[in-house]
Amino acid sequence: MNPTPDDIQILEARKAQVHTKGAAPFQLACEKHSVAGAVSQRACVFCGSRVVLYPITDALHLVHGPVGCAAYTWDIRGSQSSGPQLHRMSFSTDLREKDVIYGGEKKCEAALMELIQRYQPKAAFVYATCIVGLIGDDLEAVCRRVTERTGIDVIPVHSEGFAGSKKDGYSAACRAIDHLVGTSDAPPPPGPSINILGDFNIAGETWLIREYYERMGLNVIATITGDGRVDDIRRSHQAQLNVVQCSGSIKGLAQIMKKDYDIPFMHVSYFGLEDMSKALYDVAEHFNDPAMMVKAQALVRDEISAVMPELRKYREALQGKKAAVYTGGAFKAFSLVRSLRTLGVKTVIAGSQTGNPQDYLKLESLCDEGTVLLDDTNPLELAKFIDQTGADLLIGGVKERPIAYKLGVAFCDHNHERKDCLAGYVGMLNFAREVYSSVCSPVWSLTPRQRRTRDGQTAPLPKPIPAPPKPYLRRVRTAPKPKSNLTPLTLGGLEVTA
Amino acid sequence: MITKASNPNFVATRNACKMCTPLGACLAFAGIEKCLPFLHGSQGCSTYIRRYLISHFREPMDIASSNFGEQAAIFGGQANLSQGLSNVIQGYNPKVIGLATTCLSETIGDDVPMFLHEFAAEHPGEALPVMIHASTPSYTGSHADGYVEAIRATVATIAEGGERDVKLVDVLPGIVSPADLRHLREIVKAFGLEPIVLPDYSDRLDGPSWAEYRRIPEGGTPLEDIRRMGTAAAALDLGTAAKDNATAGAVLAKKFGVTRHRIGLPIGVRASDALFEALESISGQPTPEAFVAERGRLVDSYVDAHKYVFGKRAIVYGDEDMVAAMSGFLAEIGVMPVLCASGGKSGTLADAIASAAPGLAEMPEVIEGVDFEDLTEAAESVSADLIVGHSKGYKLARELDLPLVRVGLPIHDRFGAARMLHVGYEGTQQLFDRIVNTLLESKQDLSEMGYTYL
Repeated sequence: MNPTPDDIQILEARKAQVHTKGAAPFQLACEKHSVAGAVSQRACVFCGSRVVLYPITDALHLVHGPVGCAAYTWDIRGSQSSGPQLHRMSFSTDLREKDVIYGGEKKCEAALMELIQRYQPKAAFVYATCIVGLIGDDLEAVCRRVTERTGIDVIPVHSEGFAGSKKDGYSAACRAIDHLVGTSDAPPPPGPSINILGDFNIAGETWLIREYYERMGLNVIATITGDGRVDDIRRSHQAQLNVVQCSGSIKGLAQIMKKDYDIPFMHVSYFGLEDMSKALYDVAEHFNDPAMMVKAQALVRDEISAVMPELRKYREALQGKKAAVYTGGAFKAFSLVRSLRTLGVKTVIAGSQTGNPQDYLKLESLCDEGTVLLDDTNPLELAKFIDQTGADLLIGGVKERPIAYKLGVAFCDHNHERKDCLAGYVGMLNFAREVYSSVCSPVWSLTPRQRRTRDGQTAPLPKPIPAPPKPYLRRVRTAPKPKSNLTPLTLGGLEVTA
Repeated sequence: MITKASNPNFVATRNACKMCTPLGACLAFAGIEKCLPFLHGSQGCSTYIRRYLISHFREPMDIASSNFGEQAAIFGGQANLSQGLSNVIQGYNPKVIGLATTCLSETIGDDVPMFLHEFAAEHPGEALPVMIHASTPSYTGSHADGYVEAIRATVATIAEGGERDVKLVDVLPGIVSPADLRHLREIVKAFGLEPIVLPDYSDRLDGPSWAEYRRIPEGGTPLEDIRRMGTAAAALDLGTAAKDNATAGAVLAKKFGVTRHRIGLPIGVRASDALFEALESISGQPTPEAFVAERGRLVDSYVDAHKYVFGKRAIVYGDEDMVAAMSGFLAEIGVMPVLCASGGKSGTLADAIASAAPGLAEMPEVIEGVDFEDLTEAAESVSADLIVGHSKGYKLARELDLPLVRVGLPIHDRFGAARMLHVGYEGTQQLFDRIVNTLLESKQDLSEMGYTYL
């Protein structure tokens, strides 16, 4: 017998992390170690560090441990670079049994020396994985020695997988970045300046946001977590404001910089028309510069009027649909609830892997009565509530995708593996297109659950909305390099000439 | 002459050509009916492996974790394991739990068999799932070893002896696709034999759309079948890279006297012939007409396309068994494998290639324990025409500007990996057509004329 939604029971140890708005006074437990055997969608401390530091493109990232941790994070993100591609390489000390017995320090040091010589990075991050702490490797000492020998900053990242949660990995990454902050004495740029923190340049999003700020007359010193550069981070202490998206991951750095350099910070989000516009207005307001505010207003007006006509069509097609949202950090969930509302879509499930009590209070206040709120949920709970609420769409990452698809429910990838720009105004349009292209696909009418839940009646398909034509891309391939010399082939004992 | 790479590898592994041991174990456990894979270690291990396999199969892949915290790392993971097992039993109601260790639990020396024993003792009178324990520290071997070990542990834990069933054949397929598993089953059945394929994730990792949610998707080798494996007439132990005594086939032969046929993956005419010959000898029946016809069409197509492929030079990489089988297949169609490499390190790859490709006058360069940067450096001197391997070689293919024919696991940048057939005459036919068409497409794309007949 396959379970109906009611058959799937919430584990006792998980009950406090599930809340239905309006069913009881609001209370949602969070920031807890994931329950063993609950099949959490979270990863580990190492993952938290790796994702924050990953987009520092001209640094070497060496994962000290057995091969898996590096193999599964090789080129995993859609984070783009305008120059160096070193961050897309996967380097591992690939510890073997004898290293575990005798210690991995020597191997780590030798690997660093060789890699630094070969790739000439601007700095190096060395990530500790689970067993590094256990076998007693002194990573600090290794990094110190290699720094002395090479003259580049080699920074240990204390990201042993078991030593906390993904959030602790974020903190470890922030502390690692802090090693570099303030180490340049280049003269500060003239005029108002900011750092962009917590945008990961997925599909070039940081470039888009940077351009918005520059249109407002701001200097962007460092885009730390998206198309990041070591030298920019070194002088990031010169900025007058840290603008922080994805607060869970990088707020720690903004706090350190506030303490050490008295740089104020503010939280923003670049997803959705409302939050994107608010980010620009808030920054302009911070600088208390009427001319900047006028520029921001003009920018918002121009950008919104460019996307609204097409957005309205999607809204018409999607009106009344229901969505489930499950994100890594809770901040993105806020923006998604608002963006979906812009499209006429109601959020019926909202949750995150790493939200804190304030985040969930806010999320609850944004959602309608009856919305199910989830902290650190798992596939069974998601399936249960998707089925119960009749959600038409799930927004999440690759790990959540099969839950939606198996149930005949649309899916939108809003994680860092995606290849489409979803930030800013054009991003809102892309988001609407993606939601529309999944929710309104004709394939659902063939799936068994849709047939069951709709009594065999399929919803009439909305009229297709053509996306604006894209420039025709000619397929370009280069001819192969001429082979240097024709070697005789020996095949089946015969000698032939190619 | 078999040559091995002379240039010493980097100390660091750069863009690994392998996955970690627990991944292989999880994949294998997903091929047992109502079995939930469970990793004893940090939360990240299960989540990363889930994501990696979901990207390949595009199907649910739930893997539980005992989710070590600092306490567990210091004092041992018994409490976490017990809690995890209880929660998994409540949440998933599995018949089997496939428990694999990780580098963390192995390094602190957790006595998992004792933990499992005590867990059972704490739940007297309860119908607990069958627990299989595979020791898979990620600092030994690779995913391929984890896969073999999980299947060995499964058979060692569950299989029983009994009266010999002359119609029963155990199939230990190695790391192949769901389509391959289905085809192997079909082939054995066609001889009037009953196959028990272990693992069999053909339905679970390539299943239909659902009307209701499944906690554990349908499919997989039933527990009752695994019990009967000791009574089989023969075991087809496919793949030769694992140590002879490391596979489930060795357990079946030694413990239950099952006749073991240890042969390479059946890719190519000759390698498939070896499979069919083994089945002829087990069943006493000739190869069914349908397969004879398939073989005939395959050889006919070899003839039709031989000039398109002859003398082309190929780089082959991936799991050792896949590399050896592919090299044999390429050699028999006239493509020269010039560089064959694997992230695995069994020490037997060169011999396996020599034995799979006896017709080659000039042996390829063979590199074990390779990573993609070593491979790229070695590839620069072999002037190849095409690359055959999984999708992690895309960067290599792009840098060398060579076409990549995707085979095996993982395939993260193309659609339909689960339905890709490699084995038997039929699988070989599909591979052959793809290789020929890849070479034709390449030639056409690069031609100034843009010929429309080829």
